[in-house]
Amino acid sequence: MGAVELGICAKGNEQPLFQVDGLTKYYGTRVGCLDVSFDLFPGEVLGIVGESGSGKSTLLSCLAGHLRPDLGSVTYDGRDVLGMAETERRRLSRTEWAYVHQNPRDGLRMGVSAGGNVGERLMAIGARHYGTIRDTATDWLGRVEIAADRIDDRPSAFSGGMQQRLQIARNLVTGPRLVFMDEPTGGLDVSVQARLLDLLRGLVRDLGLSVIIVTHDLAVVRLLADRLMVMKGGRVVEQGLTDQVLDDPQHAYSQLLVSSVLQV
Amino acid sequence: MTQASETNAYNFAYLDEQTKRMIRRAILKGVAVPGYQVPFASREMPMPYGWGTGGVQVTAACLVPEDRLKVIDQGADDTTNAVSIRKFFQRTAGVAVTEATGEATVIQTRHRIPETPLTEGQILVYQVPIPEPLRFLEPRETETRKMHELEEYGLMHVKLYEDIARHGEIATSYAYPVKVEGRYVMDPSPIPKFDNPKLGDNAAIQLFGAGREQRIYAVPPYTQVVSLDFDDHPFVASKAPHDCDLCGAKGSYLDEVITDDAGSRMYVCSDTDFCTGRREAGHVGRLGVAMAGGVA
Repeated sequence: MGAVELGICAKGNEQPLFQVDGLTKYYGTRVGCLDVSFDLFPGEVLGIVGESGSGKSTLLSCLAGHLRPDLGSVTYDGRDVLGMAETERRRLSRTEWAYVHQNPRDGLRMGVSAGGNVGERLMAIGARHYGTIRDTATDWLGRVEIAADRIDDRPSAFSGGMQQRLQIARNLVTGPRLVFMDEPTGGLDVSVQARLLDLLRGLVRDLGLSVIIVTHDLAVVRLLADRLMVMKGGRVVEQGLTDQVLDDPQHAYSQLLVSSVLQV
Repeated sequence: MTQASETNAYNFAYLDEQTKRMIRRAILKGVAVPGYQVPFASREMPMPYGWGTGGVQVTAACLVPEDRLKVIDQGADDTTNAVSIRKFFQRTAGVAVTEATGEATVIQTRHRIPETPLTEGQILVYQVPIPEPLRFLEPRETETRKMHELEEYGLMHVKLYEDIARHGEIATSYAYPVKVEGRYVMDPSPIPKFDNPKLGDNAAIQLFGAGREQRIYAVPPYTQVVSLDFDDHPFVASKAPHDCDLCGAKGSYLDEVITDDAGSRMYVCSDTDFCTGRREAGHVGRLGVAMAGGVA
């Protein structure tokens, strides 16, 4: 497949954008995630799948800087993320990073209009021209298929799918390079899910984003991810190209996961 | 004084000396870090929260027997809040009081900055209900402190953006957020935004006390204070487009007073001392009557 070939080519002549080495997080004596290592290249989409409690959300929180891992290192664009001052890390997470929450209510300001939600990141990095901010917000609402006349409505007046699309627009408006997504299609019905996935796929390709996407939905990773990591009990039990892992799973748990999907 | 025996029951200016030291330390820290909200151990005061318990504590900590105190509420010297606080310090500190801005050494204010320019050596004490400018945008105190620490003030502009999106202009007309000395975003207490330009480069020391929220902050003399705005929607120090109907002043902040059931209204200076001073000097407004022989 084209995407796969691209991924392989990229590895040949480019530096990884995001490197994780030996990442470990304990909750007391319980394991959150254990010894996770991977490289993510520019423009690559990495899927992380596993059942509930497998440590995938813990891993994502550690990567995005919401949780502090106990061991291991995280490097972004040659910079040590864990050793960074908080100012710098938060600036990074406002500009070059983005985080799409499973529940749009966690990622949106529900009391602020759609335009204000999209504009917040712009204003946070110093945009001070109302007209420009509003034009950019209108443009981004269009890109995520929200009608321009909804710009002054609050997200509470939006449907679940619209809220999720608004959250994506709000995150992508500053042109991030790395996007973390936690179950972006969770809680949406299948037709809305399909449209959202289509939209995401288009945006990822157009903007050349690197994405780390956590999900339990294999269809999502099949559509979006170049590479796949399967987690169980806090460990990565299998990783490889998405189609390879899904079509020919080697580990017993991956086989179980793939065979558990209902065929309609 | 007839109330001497009653007054002697209290320490000078009501608060005990240890408490005043604690508050002075907070004030000094506030002056050293302009716009930064310094926590302090706010005491119970013999008045309800919302009536200026923070301002009263700051005033009490600043007062010395030689001071001359002025208290205003929305610019007026003769409203309930101003009268009761002034009487409180007359009884507990025995300091001289005045209504003239120029004569006062300490001025406690609720929601106004006097029209008469302040001078070096004067202290202006504000009563603050909610010191945190980000509070209604971000309810978590831990998060707002972090935002101040890291200078993450984008959210403040989201509020102004919402104003313009909804009203076509920045509709925030009081408690208008300012940035102090290029660092901290500060709530100037609910003064009208008309008064915002007077915050910056002022000769007086400006102290802000929030009793219920237990915070003190300060703007030292000649400090840069900038009202936040957008490039294409600049800050405007707005007021009612009228002249004072009593003294004819063009540039003072006005109160609108409804005078009958038929919709008649008059506009008068909210700063009563300023208005009286002008009338005594012979200025007469649209509905005013010339004051005979100056001082009544």
